[in-house]
Amino acid sequence: MFKPFALALGALLMLTACSDKGATTAEGKDAPAAGDITGAGSTFFAPLGAKWAETYKDTTGVRLNYQSIGSGGGVRQIKVKTVDFGATDKPVKPADLDETGLLQFPIVMGGIVPIVNLPDVKSGQMNLTGPLLADIYMGKVKRWDDPAIRALNPGLKLPHLPITVIHRADGSGTTFLFSNYLAKVSPTWKAEVGAADALEWPAGLGGKGNEGVSAFVKQTLGSIGYVEFAVAARTGTAVANMRNHDGHMIAPSIEAFAAAAAGADWANAPGNQLLLLDQPGAQAWPITGTVFIVMHKKQDKPASGRAALTFFDWAYTNGDALATRMHYVPLPPEVKQMMRAQWSQITGPDGKPVYAPATPAPAVAASAASAQ
Amino acid sequence: MSLQSARHPDPVDPIFRGLAFAAATTLLLTLGGLIVALMIGGWPAISKFGFGFLTSSTWNPVTEVYGAAGPIVGTLITAVLSLAIALPIAVCVSVFLTQYCPKAIAQPVSTAIELLAGIPSIVYGMWGLFVFAPWFARTVQLPILTSLDPESFWGKLLAGVPNGANIFTASIVLAIMILPYMSAVFRELFRSIPPQVREAAFGLGCTSYEVVGSVLIPYVKKGMIGVVMLGFGRALGETMAVTFIIGNSHRFPDSLFASGSTLASTIANEFNEASGVHLASLIALGLVLFLITFTVLAIARALLSSQRY
Repeated sequence: MFKPFALALGALLMLTACSDKGATTAEGKDAPAAGDITGAGSTFFAPLGAKWAETYKDTTGVRLNYQSIGSGGGVRQIKVKTVDFGATDKPVKPADLDETGLLQFPIVMGGIVPIVNLPDVKSGQMNLTGPLLADIYMGKVKRWDDPAIRALNPGLKLPHLPITVIHRADGSGTTFLFSNYLAKVSPTWKAEVGAADALEWPAGLGGKGNEGVSAFVKQTLGSIGYVEFAVAARTGTAVANMRNHDGHMIAPSIEAFAAAAAGADWANAPGNQLLLLDQPGAQAWPITGTVFIVMHKKQDKPASGRAALTFFDWAYTNGDALATRMHYVPLPPEVKQMMRAQWSQITGPDGKPVYAPATPAPAVAASAASAQ
Repeated sequence: MSLQSARHPDPVDPIFRGLAFAAATTLLLTLGGLIVALMIGGWPAISKFGFGFLTSSTWNPVTEVYGAAGPIVGTLITAVLSLAIALPIAVCVSVFLTQYCPKAIAQPVSTAIELLAGIPSIVYGMWGLFVFAPWFARTVQLPILTSLDPESFWGKLLAGVPNGANIFTASIVLAIMILPYMSAVFRELFRSIPPQVREAAFGLGCTSYEVVGSVLIPYVKKGMIGVVMLGFGRALGETMAVTFIIGNSHRFPDSLFASGSTLASTIANEFNEASGVHLASLIALGLVLFLITFTVLAIARALLSSQRY
């Protein structure tokens, strides 16, 4: 009668003893959980966010806990305040921002590139235009030796192969940007398909994630897909050139993405809602995207808001080299400066800004230097 | 009550009974809560599209019009196909293990089958995408595509993009996933048959084939139907492996080698980014899947409980 109780008590004691011990060692080794920054959202931002966080922790001891749950999820999470910031590939509409008291600002950029799988066609050999890409994705251009493709690629031997269209199966910021670009350059696409983070695709089949799309393209002769530049660079699939707004045929590169950003008019974009699609500029890549950070303007806990902004300021100042190495594109220094100024809108319960960027002038110099 | 406590003076007993009761009710409450949550979450879609949600195959996040017919059909086709592939093999495996196999080999083989059942589904998905699908495309789809007249019946049935991502390959991977589970339960069913039945059949002069086909299988038939339904239930809800190789298009599949989607794969794909009616429609898909699975499992339970094994 007494025995089971004693056993249970013993087990309970051991359990608490163990967890106590676990807690102390964790606390002893790492920074206390209170100072951590929590964020959620864009899967595109996740690899860079993790690398930044690693370096940031080494220098400051503050940890970043980022959940890569997708852009839509990130915005949902910040709206219900379960995280300090959300990260999204598709900008939140200004009306929505005002309604929910949110501020969004760009943190880093990236490019989306078409990839193809054709015999003897290597990266940089295939030329495409936006309207042609739209026709291919609508299933109107069915074979690789179609006159429309041949006209753009006079030097290429194009086989009489059916075009297999590969798209993203999951809802994604990549699809959002890609379809918005097609809608911008092709009125038929805009009318018949439209633009969103998931579509009713007129043709083709869907792979899960960037990896799924590049796997399908790699495995299917005569296929075409679209992925983030970093993924294309990593998987080694053949990347196609695109004709840009100014009519130049250009290859995707960090410089081409940066050129697209250079022409962007951030100052006149309400709520910083700006899509870098089909931007003017001789060297500008037409499908460029931005990762936005979304935060509440009214911070209930000023300390966590300050911690997050301190991290982003650090990333603006020190993160460019790392971003470039991982095939992301740093923001131009003047855009960063503009965003730093907007941070004063993020205030604590007392109405005062939670964070003041320390030394703006040298920061510009530093980021300009590292952007070289 | 007083009588009972007089017989069991141990105070642990009522506590334990309470604990067991609480555990059981918690489970029931969770189930009920799940249904209610799915109903509430999916309500905006159900009220907007009504019965048409089940019959329309439009799935358009741009115009916010959603219908579940494509995924429902994809779910049922893949589940039925995988069952058709897995069932005969599972029966053969379990018959071999219980009737023909030497005892020394039977045990390790059984353990290996049970281990197969424990492989995470994402592993099957990866294997399907990177190994099986390309192999299937090269050795099965391409020869078929080049040799068949595309206008003939077979040409139409087996038409599709030759990259191995289609309903058929998804069904095969599903079959491989439910196979170990089904063979393990079949084996237990065969073992539960009293040895006298088998001995009597042999005593009457039956061949091994006749013993298995005319005596043993009929003996456990009801139990087998129950197992089949359970396997079917598993195939219905399987998510990750299918998502990787089914090709993920919401259209009605028009051939065996066409890409499609299932209820579970659609939810897995789009849930992260969805909001508003899109999100409600995905939750409603969950409700549909829940109802289908529930029906199947209820039938299985009814059949299983009519026969003890």
